[in-house]
Amino acid sequence: MTTQANASRAAAPAQFSFKPYNVGRVVVWGLFAAVLACAPLLFTSNLAATMLSQMGIAIIACLSYNMLLGQGGMLSFGHAVYTGLGSYLAIHALNAIASGTLPVPVGLVPLIGGLAGMGFAVLLGFVTTRKSGTPFAMITLGVAELVFAMSLMFSEFFGGEAGVAGNRVSGQPFLGITYGPQIQVYYLIALYTFVCVAAMFAFTRTPLGRMLNAVRDNPERVEFIGYSTRNVRYIAFIIAGFFAGVAGGLAAVNFEIVNAEVVGAARSAAYLLFTFLGGATFFFGPIIGAVVMVIALVMLSELTKAWLLYLGLIFLLMVMYAPGGIASLIMMNLRVAAFGKLRRMGTSYLALGATALVMLVGAAAMIEMVYHLQLDMGVGPVVHFLGLQLNAHSLDSWFGCAFVLVTGLGLFELSRRQFAREWGEIQGEIEKEIKRREAL
Amino acid sequence: MNSSPYAVELLDLHKSFGKTEIIRGANLQVRAGERVAIIGPNGAGKSTLFNLISGRFGASSGEIRVNGKRVDGLTPYEINRLGLARSFQVSNLFTRLSVFENLRCAVLWSLGYRYAFWKFLADLRDANERAEEVLAMIKLDRKRDVLAMNLTYAEQRALEIGITIAGGASVILLDEPTAGMSRSETTRFIQLIRDVTEGKTLLTVEHDMGVVFGLADKIAVLVYGEVIAFDRPDAVRANTRVQEAYLGSTLADAQAATAGV
Repeated sequence: MTTQANASRAAAPAQFSFKPYNVGRVVVWGLFAAVLACAPLLFTSNLAATMLSQMGIAIIACLSYNMLLGQGGMLSFGHAVYTGLGSYLAIHALNAIASGTLPVPVGLVPLIGGLAGMGFAVLLGFVTTRKSGTPFAMITLGVAELVFAMSLMFSEFFGGEAGVAGNRVSGQPFLGITYGPQIQVYYLIALYTFVCVAAMFAFTRTPLGRMLNAVRDNPERVEFIGYSTRNVRYIAFIIAGFFAGVAGGLAAVNFEIVNAEVVGAARSAAYLLFTFLGGATFFFGPIIGAVVMVIALVMLSELTKAWLLYLGLIFLLMVMYAPGGIASLIMMNLRVAAFGKLRRMGTSYLALGATALVMLVGAAAMIEMVYHLQLDMGVGPVVHFLGLQLNAHSLDSWFGCAFVLVTGLGLFELSRRQFAREWGEIQGEIEKEIKRREAL
Repeated sequence: MNSSPYAVELLDLHKSFGKTEIIRGANLQVRAGERVAIIGPNGAGKSTLFNLISGRFGASSGEIRVNGKRVDGLTPYEINRLGLARSFQVSNLFTRLSVFENLRCAVLWSLGYRYAFWKFLADLRDANERAEEVLAMIKLDRKRDVLAMNLTYAEQRALEIGITIAGGASVILLDEPTAGMSRSETTRFIQLIRDVTEGKTLLTVEHDMGVVFGLADKIAVLVYGEVIAFDRPDAVRANTRVQEAYLGSTLADAQAATAGV
């Protein structure tokens, strides 16, 4: 066996000379660290600090979810169980620290959340990962409902309707860090985010990480190359549970209150939808998804009452036209750019954007009027929309909006066709170019 | 490795699907290092036999031994770990992974990496070397980083064989390896199979008689779920039972056709 190995080593000389210094990777991770470190210096408002903290937490949660969805092909409807239970254990730990029974610095509380998430993944994952595909999805849904029902039953642990409150300014301050000011909490979250993202990226490069991809692509064949698909799914599920729990623990420290919402179906759905929106097929997709999630939940909900409807529309369009999410859109355009052809698409993109905007304005005006009719008639029929005053009771407004919408739709369709033609041409040229290079 | 001289042994094997009995008391003893082609008319149970040996289906009764160990009732991965690997009639690849990654996945367990998540793939010299070696053997070097789903049909068939042999199993089962290939591709492919299964026990299911006689030392004839003959090719050709059941009809057809001209 050893002689054979030696022989083959001699036969394939130095093909795998280990590169100790990967410049591209150092640059990417350096930039990521710099963004995390400098973000609160660029966005200094209180709202920004809150949102940045939430983004860090969401990034860990969505990436851990994508370990299941994108890397393992496991469509889980209950990921909030692991982030949420991590939050609960963390908030109880925080209270134990405050009462002096737990001699642990607050900075390590997220790890307690992580261990909790992992523990529950060991327990519940044993059941869910026995199956794959649709049965897996159904079981996760069932488990999520079960945990949510329990959260209302065991109020000593879950705190009932009000939830469990805590105080992060507990225990001994470490190097003067009390976690009182939001900025200190942000940097704690940023540190955890960086380490967790790096660890989860590293995971994709390990034997288990790769076998998880294999299980996603073809579980049957995996069984015939020596691996138990169930064990691969189970171990990956436990690891994802750990990172989910860390995210939950950070959320507990950040918000200082945990209620049953954190294990709810809406939270699980948000992880699923925004991971998908960001792009499950690329490692960095969920990071984009997480940032969009926080922006959408915090800002879009401020902007309009119909925000859930807009989100739904975005998902609908995304699933239909860009199932690879935002990340795949970026990667496809980077590929075009790499072949020096992106500039050619400029006019098309401009036309597409402008016509889509017209269409959106028409549609949004009508949606806002509908919402106004349903909810706000007490203040009169006038809707303020982009500086315009629309009367929800006048046919003129409706016809005007419909006209804008239909015009936008028509022009959009025209420019979409033009775009599709150009895109197809360019892809064809790229294919040819690749063939030519291969032949060299 | 073990006391048994047989790499694969089937003892009075039965398999029923509902009330339909597909395998009806099959017996077969394949010595280590033999190349055996399993032939038989459509519906004789050739693929079912492979699925039983590799653990995809459970046997209804009887015994299956691989390298002397009983494997009936074991899962496919347990059987694989005992040194048996199989290919599929319809290519069964990791479609969204590159050719190289497909092969690397196939070598990981046999090299003992199990479910490791504390080691980087890039640092696993032996796994990377073995994957490169198999890549060269199946002549897909130029397609190293192409996704399996983007390969041509013949390339997918080659990768199918590559994944099967990569783990270094001593017993290889190939289910119609040349199905759907052109004549010239088939000829090249048989040579490839001969090369990569050198020194191993080989069982193939095959319809193409050219392939059978080109590849096998011995032929097992399966008719209605029973092995009615197991011998060297010329002896099988001369066997009257076989002629009646299978070859006979095609021989008669051929003679009739010649007579017609």
